[in-house]
Amino acid sequence: MPQELIVFIKHLINGVQVGSIYALVALGYTMVYGIVKLINFAHGDFIMVGAYAALFSIPVLTGIGLPAWFCVFVAVAACALLGVVTEKVAYKPLRNSPRISALITAIAVSLLLQNLFMVCFTSSPRPFPEIFHVPDLRLGSIQINGVAVLTIVLSAVLMIALQLFVQKTKLGRAMRAVSEDSEAASLMGISVNRTISMTFAIGSGLAAVASVMYGSVYPLIDPYMGSMLGLKAFIAAVLGGIGIIPGAMLGGLVIGLVESLTKAYINTQLADAVVFGILILVLIIKPEGIFGKNIGEKV
Amino acid sequence: MLKVSDLKVSYGAIQAIKGISLEVNEGEIVSLIGANGAGKTTTLHTITGLTKAQSGSVELEGRNLLATESHKIVSLGLAHVPEGRHIFSSLTVEENLMMGAYIRKDKERIQQDLSRVYTLFPRLQERREQAAGTLSGGEQQMLAIGRAMMSNPRILLLDEPSMGLSPLLVKEIFHIIKELNQQGMTILLVEQNARMALSISNRAYVLETGKIVMEGEGQELLQDDQVRKAYLGA
Ligand SMILES: Nc1ncnc2c1ncn2[C@@H]1O[C@H](COP(=O)(O)OP(=O)(O)OP(=O)(O)O)[C@@H](O)[C@H]1O
Ligand SMILES: [Mg+2]
Repeated sequence: MPQELIVFIKHLINGVQVGSIYALVALGYTMVYGIVKLINFAHGDFIMVGAYAALFSIPVLTGIGLPAWFCVFVAVAACALLGVVTEKVAYKPLRNSPRISALITAIAVSLLLQNLFMVCFTSSPRPFPEIFHVPDLRLGSIQINGVAVLTIVLSAVLMIALQLFVQKTKLGRAMRAVSEDSEAASLMGISVNRTISMTFAIGSGLAAVASVMYGSVYPLIDPYMGSMLGLKAFIAAVLGGIGIIPGAMLGGLVIGLVESLTKAYINTQLADAVVFGILILVLIIKPEGIFGKNIGEKV
Repeated sequence: MLKVSDLKVSYGAIQAIKGISLEVNEGEIVSLIGANGAGKTTTLHTITGLTKAQSGSVELEGRNLLATESHKIVSLGLAHVPEGRHIFSSLTVEENLMMGAYIRKDKERIQQDLSRVYTLFPRLQERREQAAGTLSGGEQQMLAIGRAMMSNPRILLLDEPSMGLSPLLVKEIFHIIKELNQQGMTILLVEQNARMALSISNRAYVLETGKIVMEGEGQELLQDDQVRKAYLGA
């Protein structure tokens, strides 16, 4: 196989890896938007909180004889709780207020989390240890990084599970119903509050998984790490069609690939600009995103 | 069965319901008629907790509905078909019907009720796999009623089921309402089509800007001069 092709495939895999992390984060934006019509600007910062929760839990976990990667569960629990509490405390009281109020509150929550973590843990980046010890995968002359394979497979499994949950289970149906018409859902006997909490928990939990996978690729964490990552995932969600679950998945992959290939073949510095360029293009050409408004599942 | 006493509701500074009392007895069809903005929808919304009351009481078989969360009301045997249908348009017809049975666990009875709905509305059966949003207005109304029936309620609140339908369909819908009532369903019907509503009702209330200005038997109100003038265009 020619060397260039091997390199190209590596960049592709790298793009899919980062893309699946974006997709996991984008799902949180899209699910929350689908159900309460709010862009949760604090979602990116939930990732940061997840990363710190994972980091600080590692010594405790290894201390009691558990493998370090169990920190994923701690991060998921911490983020799910954070998501549910944020919704109850900050967003729920504003549910019947103009949407801009909730949006501004979301930005405030984002700033609050960043600054709180800066005050508590300083702004200097902390190294994230290597917690996954997976062997590299060899396919002929191509060697694929084990963590990349793990990230891609794990995201794929989570996304399939989420899709099955939303489509096939009773709670998933409740989520779709609330997202489409919360008053009618309430008349059917569905607790709208509980369904919204559940959505925040799931979305934030996925962000927590993303935070650990992200820490395994870029092993430095700081209080601001969530903003850029969150922003790119948000673009991914918009690209796929905000509120549409498969859209977030596709959008994440596209953004990851574009970013990776731009870095490799054009210019590293340009990668972010290209990603934001995509956002502008989408907003101009097809603001409802790839999956449009009426096709696909809105949640 | 359902008893509303001295109910007041306001939206901010606007008082939409200014202290109304009404009662629906088991087995009755009671209608609530009135012009646009009289407060009919607000009354139904307050009964099912979608809108908060200011004061007064709403009781279903002695149970205080104002203190019951909206999503818990359907399991008490009261179903509400909201104005404008509010079907789940991206779900299929059958999924919509099954949403109506969301709180139920008795699988066999649910299937029986599903076939009962399909018998009443054969058109829904033909379109069971179709996305509900693609149904015609009349079919959507049938779906909204069918969905409410899937919770197996003892009392049904219907908010303008005839809205936007052709005269033929209006007739069909009213026929079905009557049939449901004959099968034992208690019905509180909100309508602008006063003639149709009064003709099938045991009793009726006339609502005018948040107040009940008249009440009586359906037939009696149909003959009433004031009602004829104001609501029957005669
Ligand atoms: N969400 C709301 N916010 C503010 N005012 C409202 C709201 N909903 C209804 N109103 C007002 O309350 C009054 C009663 O409205 P309601 O919808 O109950 O009337 P209705 O009798 O159902 O009318 P229609 O026959 O047009 O459906 C109206 O003056 C309306 O403008
Ligand atoms: Mg109305």
